[in-house]
Amino acid sequence: MIENYLNIFINAIFIENLALSVFLGMCTFIAISKKIEAAIGLGIAVIVVLAITVPINNLIYNYVLRDGALAWAGLSDVDLSFVGLISYIGVIAACVQILEMFLDKYVPVLYNALGIFLPLITVNCAILGASLFMVEKDLYFGESVAYGLGAGVGWALAITILAGIREKLKYSDMPEGLQGLGSTFIIVGLMSFGFMSFGGIIL
Amino acid sequence: MSKYSEILFRPVFKENPIALQMLGICSALAVTSKLYPTLIMCVALTVTVSLSNFFISMIRNITPSNIRIIVQMTIISSLVILVDQALKAYDYETSKTLSVFVGLIITNCIVMGRAEAFAMQNPPGVSFLDGFGNGLGYSVILIILGTIRELFGTGTILEYEIFPLVQNGGWYVPNNFFLLPPVSFILIGLIIWALRAWQKDQIEEPEFKMSQNSPEIVPNPPPTPSSKAAS
Repeated sequence: MIENYLNIFINAIFIENLALSVFLGMCTFIAISKKIEAAIGLGIAVIVVLAITVPINNLIYNYVLRDGALAWAGLSDVDLSFVGLISYIGVIAACVQILEMFLDKYVPVLYNALGIFLPLITVNCAILGASLFMVEKDLYFGESVAYGLGAGVGWALAITILAGIREKLKYSDMPEGLQGLGSTFIIVGLMSFGFMSFGGIIL
Repeated sequence: MSKYSEILFRPVFKENPIALQMLGICSALAVTSKLYPTLIMCVALTVTVSLSNFFISMIRNITPSNIRIIVQMTIISSLVILVDQALKAYDYETSKTLSVFVGLIITNCIVMGRAEAFAMQNPPGVSFLDGFGNGLGYSVILIILGTIRELFGTGTILEYEIFPLVQNGGWYVPNNFFLLPPVSFILIGLIIWALRAWQKDQIEEPEFKMSQNSPEIVPNPPPTPSSKAAS
């Protein structure tokens, strides 16, 4: 049992890394990776939000949206899965908003550290993408907790590595057109090749 | 008239959403290994961004500014649901290939970004054009990527054989390297390089400059006898 959860967790970090294998959350991934401190802050915010929203969306999918899920309310032939997208994004936006207010009131230190990154997370495709993958994989509640946590840790790991490389890279001499965005894309490509080597792991 | 064509074509080369504004990169990478799904994705995005700009601009004067993000999200996700359902009804195979990426148009920053930056300040007609132009800018990069990857990866374009393959008695050995997802990153990097070699004003200033070698500054001056004596 615990083995199954561990399996999903490790799989989400290394083999199906959200940033480097399925390329989600790329816009923030590239924009916020200039400094290591900022990258770690954003990474932690993503871990927290993913660990909360994926399980909630899992409950919504299993008890409200999926085909025949409303049997507990006496409506056994209703299939609401076509409104999935709008419900998931609603849950994510609401969670981020609540989390922001909660942190502002009770954990001001963390709130100041995360600052501008929290609202940005609503439009980060990694968050919605993880919920959609959770639906595609058809996970149970417990599994979805492990998956959300693992996906968050994987994304945070990837952005921290990239920020480290970019901090070193700014001292290097490269062609004018490649400065900034161009070189970053090529580095992410090479990192992604690196992460492909985890693909052979069988747990 | 020139104002409208300016709004329509500026996002294609001068302010390309992918190459300069860093928006909407995620889907550019994952769907471009074949040209056909790429085209479908481009159409889906262009339709969504034009219509969402149009509708958001229509209600821009009656939207309270503190809940505007939620309002925009609702409009965008309703449009994406329509696109997704239409695709499932008419082209089920492609919708399987694109899997979650059609749904992810909701969080595609191009749509959100243009709604915030343009549609909230401008009348509906112009906003529609701006959305269409940004859709085109996105499509240009995606189509270039899709063409290169399909041509070198499988020797075909839209399933039509361009390079005769070795297994069919031709000369081209397909380079599977181009079908791997990370290649699209490297190709985008090279496209940006090419675009910036042409449009010089897009070059980013380096944070750090190497100092030029000059004869006055001697690196590591040799220790003088007096300093040796002092130590």
